[in-house]
Amino acid sequence: MRHTISVVVENKFGVLARIAGLFSARGYNIASLAVSETLDPGVSCMTIVVEAEDEKILEQIKKQLNRLIDVLTVTDFTKKEHVDRELVIVKVGYSGKDKAKLEDIADKSGAKIIQHKDNTAIIEMVSGQEQIKALLEGLKQFSVKELVRSGRIAMTK
Amino acid sequence: MAKMTGAKILIEALRREGVEAMFGYPGGQVLPIFDALYDVKDIRFILTRHEQGAAHAADGYARATGKPGVCLATSGPGATNLVTGIANAYMDSIPMIAITGQVKSFLIGNDAFQEADITGITRPITKHNYLVKDVRELARIVREAFYIASTGRQGPVLIDIPSDIQMKETEFIWPEKVDIKGYKPTYFGHPGQIKKAAKIISASKKPIIYAGGGVITSGASPELRELAEKIQAPVTWTLMGIGCFPATHKLSLGMLGMHGTAYANHATMEADVIIAVGARFDDRVTGRIDKFAPNAKVIHVDIDPTSISKNVNVDIPIVGDAKNVLGQLLEQIRKAPDTKEWLKTAEGWKKKYPLAYKEKKAIKPQYVVEQISEITKGDAIITTEVGQNQMWAAQWYKYMHPRTFISSGGLGTMGFGFPAALGAKVAYPEKTVFDVAGDGSIQMNIQELATCVCNKINVKIAILNNNYLGMVRQWQELFYKKRYSHTCLANPDFVKLAESFGAVGIRVTKKEDVKKAIQKAISTDNVVLIDFHVEQEENVFPMVPAGEALNNMIEGLA
Repeated sequence: MRHTISVVVENKFGVLARIAGLFSARGYNIASLAVSETLDPGVSCMTIVVEAEDEKILEQIKKQLNRLIDVLTVTDFTKKEHVDRELVIVKVGYSGKDKAKLEDIADKSGAKIIQHKDNTAIIEMVSGQEQIKALLEGLKQFSVKELVRSGRIAMTK
Repeated sequence: MAKMTGAKILIEALRREGVEAMFGYPGGQVLPIFDALYDVKDIRFILTRHEQGAAHAADGYARATGKPGVCLATSGPGATNLVTGIANAYMDSIPMIAITGQVKSFLIGNDAFQEADITGITRPITKHNYLVKDVRELARIVREAFYIASTGRQGPVLIDIPSDIQMKETEFIWPEKVDIKGYKPTYFGHPGQIKKAAKIISASKKPIIYAGGGVITSGASPELRELAEKIQAPVTWTLMGIGCFPATHKLSLGMLGMHGTAYANHATMEADVIIAVGARFDDRVTGRIDKFAPNAKVIHVDIDPTSISKNVNVDIPIVGDAKNVLGQLLEQIRKAPDTKEWLKTAEGWKKKYPLAYKEKKAIKPQYVVEQISEITKGDAIITTEVGQNQMWAAQWYKYMHPRTFISSGGLGTMGFGFPAALGAKVAYPEKTVFDVAGDGSIQMNIQELATCVCNKINVKIAILNNNYLGMVRQWQELFYKKRYSHTCLANPDFVKLAESFGAVGIRVTKKEDVKKAIQKAISTDNVVLIDFHVEQEENVFPMVPAGEALNNMIEGLA
């Protein structure tokens, strides 16, 4: 099962390595990671998405995250009511006649085309996972040249 | 206020933390610290012959005293040589401060001479570590390091100090108190949980106390004994728990687990309530986990929430310091359970399956340990290496007090016992300190003979010499059709070896000379190494084969 975990930490060098180490030592891959400062510049928030092969092991990882000296709080959003968002930017090539179709797909998914140039569009979207998935599905008929995602961030409702 | 160099700040900070002894080895990137040490009279510095020896000595010092042990090494190879010692302390939750020199700040990351990313290397084997980037942070970091190492679940903390930081000057400002936002250990048990535990204990018929190293760390032996006597429950302990309860007490069952006593293992499997205190249900203790203590409700007291429900499912988790929680429990238990029948059953197992070995003309290793036990009357500090020597030292010596058995439990580090004995002897010069060793293990840090002789640290070494890497050979005998692959040793002449270092060497080949040799070692005012030539293919029994249920023991006498 996929877990979205938020770890609030002291904003210091080495903290990310400590946290990543708890996952990598078990051969766990981090699916996405977003880190930034909070209102307090001395504190950072990391949002980690990870596939738990074994729920008991993930439980252990969460306890061990809590045990790290620089970690302030650990929240697993999986069983909590929450919102999560991710920013995705896609560069799509299209033939001239498909321009309207592309615009239509972007429009319907709530994405925004931020640039058209030489039959190439850059599309951005901030949304939940399902909507992003739907957009990317719709874009498959065009030629996707580049795709960048920010990693998921989340908050309890 | 006058300015001080980083090196002097470090020394002053160590002084404020009450450091009386430290162990280490110089090198290029710690020269400023060693220069400052040159004038220091109130901290005893022991120059070991290998950094690993320094780390284990600091660990042994910490286990003997309960105070953080301090070791110091240079950058690069000096620092990496500490790694095994740090990992060893981490696995057994031993408070230790490892100080390393680092290449100059501006060279870090340049593959400079003798550079190693030691904070990176030790991240998974320290409770916390620091790279000092500004001399103004040094005093605070040292203060925090000692606080972190010696509170909560204790452990090693490493401080990496670039050599330019050691030379930079600033005012010495000692923080009044430590305040770390993300670090607030829980010391008292939750009252609701204590109540529930007390109720379960009062209603039990077959309770057992399973005590670990946490009891020793928190100084909870008096409370443990009071609880055992109050509820009339038998007590078993882990390797790390040895000494937490007197071995000769009538409620004592000895050590449990792979090489525990048969009666401890049977009692654990049959118990209806297990009161686990400062122990972590290690796989060497539980045997096959799904068969472990099937009828028992488990009460688990531990200061580290991470240890609870890690291996076995716990019914009543209680996070807190063992001493406090046992005190709370004692207050809360109003009615002692009726355990008369249960104690009778346990007594029956003791009679039916005693610890035993077959007497022979050859010297039995168990006999040697028994003699050390009788002659020192349980008052010595015993350290061990790892393997058969360790298990025999655990089984056959009657430990009466906490901190008298010092052994590498979690990591299982061969070569630990001798430098650990050195550290313990520095802490307690008036005590007899014996390293029970194997002929394999002793050679892993034999160079520390020089350290002991030079500094008159008169440790005694008892090598149970069977010319084998005995424990591995035992597994090869039992599980690999006696194919003794690379476990037969060609050993040096240990007596001559000891003598070449300026120590006393005694070789014992006859059973009737065992006692005399031990007595002579104790009365000799020097480092003494006794080379006991013991029965070569003796096995450690009982034994629960790996992956078997705890009551499925190989009981056979050798």
